[in-house]
Amino acid sequence: METQGIPVAERGFKGLLSFLLHELKPKGKQLTPFNIISAPIILAGVVILFFRFTRGLGAVTNLSQEYPWGIWIGFDVITGVAFAGGAYIVTFLVYVTHQEKYHSIARVTVLNGFLAYVFYAGALVFDLGRPWNIINPIIGNSFGYNSVLFLVAWHFLLYMAAEFVEFSPVIAEWLGWKRVRKVLGALTVGAVIFGITLSTLHQAGLGALFLMAKPKIHPLWYTEFIPVLFFLSSVFAGLSMVIFEGTISQRVFKNLIPPGQHGAHEDIVVSLSKGAAVSMFTYFFFKALIFVHGKQLPYLATGWGLWYLVEMIGFTLVPCLLFVYAVKKTSARAACVASAVALLGVMLNRLNISVIAFNYQATARYYPSWMEIVVTLMVIFSEVWVFRWVVSRMPVLSAPPAWAKEAEE
Amino acid sequence: MAKAAKGVFFMDRRQFCKLAGATVGAALTGAKLSSAAGSPLAGTNANGQGIAPEEFVGVLTDTTRCIGCRSCEMACGRAHDLYVPDLLNDKALDNERQTSEKQWTVVNRYETQKGTVYAKKQCLHCWQPACASACLTNAMFKTRSGPVIWRGDKCMGCRYCMISCPFSIPKFEYNSWNPRIQKCIMCHDRIQAGKKPACVEACPTDALMFGRKRDLIEIARDRIYNHPDRYHPEIYGEHVAGGTGWLYLAPVPFDQLGFPTNLGTTPYPEYTREFLYVVPMVFLLWPTFLLGLNYLTRKPEEPVKQRGA
Repeated sequence: METQGIPVAERGFKGLLSFLLHELKPKGKQLTPFNIISAPIILAGVVILFFRFTRGLGAVTNLSQEYPWGIWIGFDVITGVAFAGGAYIVTFLVYVTHQEKYHSIARVTVLNGFLAYVFYAGALVFDLGRPWNIINPIIGNSFGYNSVLFLVAWHFLLYMAAEFVEFSPVIAEWLGWKRVRKVLGALTVGAVIFGITLSTLHQAGLGALFLMAKPKIHPLWYTEFIPVLFFLSSVFAGLSMVIFEGTISQRVFKNLIPPGQHGAHEDIVVSLSKGAAVSMFTYFFFKALIFVHGKQLPYLATGWGLWYLVEMIGFTLVPCLLFVYAVKKTSARAACVASAVALLGVMLNRLNISVIAFNYQATARYYPSWMEIVVTLMVIFSEVWVFRWVVSRMPVLSAPPAWAKEAEE
Repeated sequence: MAKAAKGVFFMDRRQFCKLAGATVGAALTGAKLSSAAGSPLAGTNANGQGIAPEEFVGVLTDTTRCIGCRSCEMACGRAHDLYVPDLLNDKALDNERQTSEKQWTVVNRYETQKGTVYAKKQCLHCWQPACASACLTNAMFKTRSGPVIWRGDKCMGCRYCMISCPFSIPKFEYNSWNPRIQKCIMCHDRIQAGKKPACVEACPTDALMFGRKRDLIEIARDRIYNHPDRYHPEIYGEHVAGGTGWLYLAPVPFDQLGFPTNLGTTPYPEYTREFLYVVPMVFLLWPTFLLGLNYLTRKPEEPVKQRGA
């Protein structure tokens, strides 16, 4: 950190290189409980992936002809992307509607969103049987225009680019590139609007993927409104993630956060809880309408009906009420609990549609193998590692350098 | 009839997307949308004019003629270098089987109120295949003559075709580093060479009949009409999932032969069409709305120049 006094730009190429090398080195204590747990799991994940790519998906996963998609898609990609929805909501609040209150969490949320897409959507590659052909829908030698997946894939790519642009001023500040910072800062609003549009479409698009699986998904979960429901739930999934992750970051990276902002976070959490409560209730109400209009009452008496109630009452209505409670009592702690339950609920919903209530009449059910779980944990842990690396070096949680502040005013 | 149906098949969806991309203005009016989905494109080929119209072909399976000899299974395995069953000793008919990554077609035995019935299973080659419209690389592809084929140089192995197919036909080689999607391709290569599919050629009782779908429907109707006692009055594949290239006749209702009867008559790609139609509209309207909101909520003292992160 002693190099921070001199802007890197003024130290030439060699200076930049030595700066980067210096920054690559680990910082702080290395034998933390998190590291001790995560490092072996990441290593194990790499070994498992080696077998996955040499012997095929069947060697490490429990996927079958009846369950072509397991938790690598249902959790890593479909749930992970819903959790990453916070970035488009917070950037909407800050850059579109000018709510300065949320400015302090904009950077960390965008970073989280960007890394979530890189890692969770990136984990898709492990699941592809012929990943080398991923180039086909990108370079245009084979465009399946009429595929929802084509749309989703392109939106992932473009959204990652948009989020990178949104985050890029932070990188410029880290490197001390004043002029570049100015140019990149001017792109932010455009990138935000582009990003929100893409998010709307691909959050809904992930739901639209299942529209053709009509005979396979249990009628309690299949509806032609799946895309709308996916978009609606991505709102509170994203907000919950911002609250949950923010509360952890506040504790873990306490020393990085400027002292004046510690109290402000509580206020932000309560306001976001309000948004989460309203969007959750809208979602719940819409689900109830679908339930009534679909005349789905008879299904409730079955095992699937009970499971549906667990999702709808236990993990949608209850966290919604918890958020209301958190707002009434202005309690950040209650908000954190509510967000955790809400996140579980979104995960349950995504897994129900993609895995659990999918092919519900199948004779042999799918359960993830331990190796699938290890690889999923590997993806999460490596994302946390990269996140930690970035926030402890770049001005994400910490205040931007003085020169950047001056430029803004 | 076949000509009209051919026009509606598949290309108007794709054509529409091109159309929508080119004329975003048209996307604003709902009237334009619905008309593009309908008839105006019918009768033209995907690549424009000048290509000789070709008719869809298919196979009619008459289960009342099938004796369960499984010659078709053997012929299929030989023709495509797949598993060739040992017909005399493997007792495969004792259990109901599904097609697999090693066998594109299987014959099952069913005990019904009209005695033993054998039913051959394979890909039905839908007129508007869910798998092909799901495929983001066009690896799963509806050919001009009707067979739905798989192209390995395009496929990235995402298995979305398996999720989408209402008949759960595409199978995946999970135990290979270079896996393929496996399913019946109606011997597309043989058809191109002027031959019949291998299974049809191997069938000793004419339970399988290859031909233009239009003719096969006529033949099937004729059989039902002339032998009402022998046939259940339904041609499976005439309407199911929007109609398929493979057709079936049976002495009993089809649910007794393990056929899915809850699939409806809507072509499966239709289920995603509305969503895909909304996309260009959102792309146009959403940024406009957001930009407007951005201007309206700007505080007066704030400079016009945009601020960065």
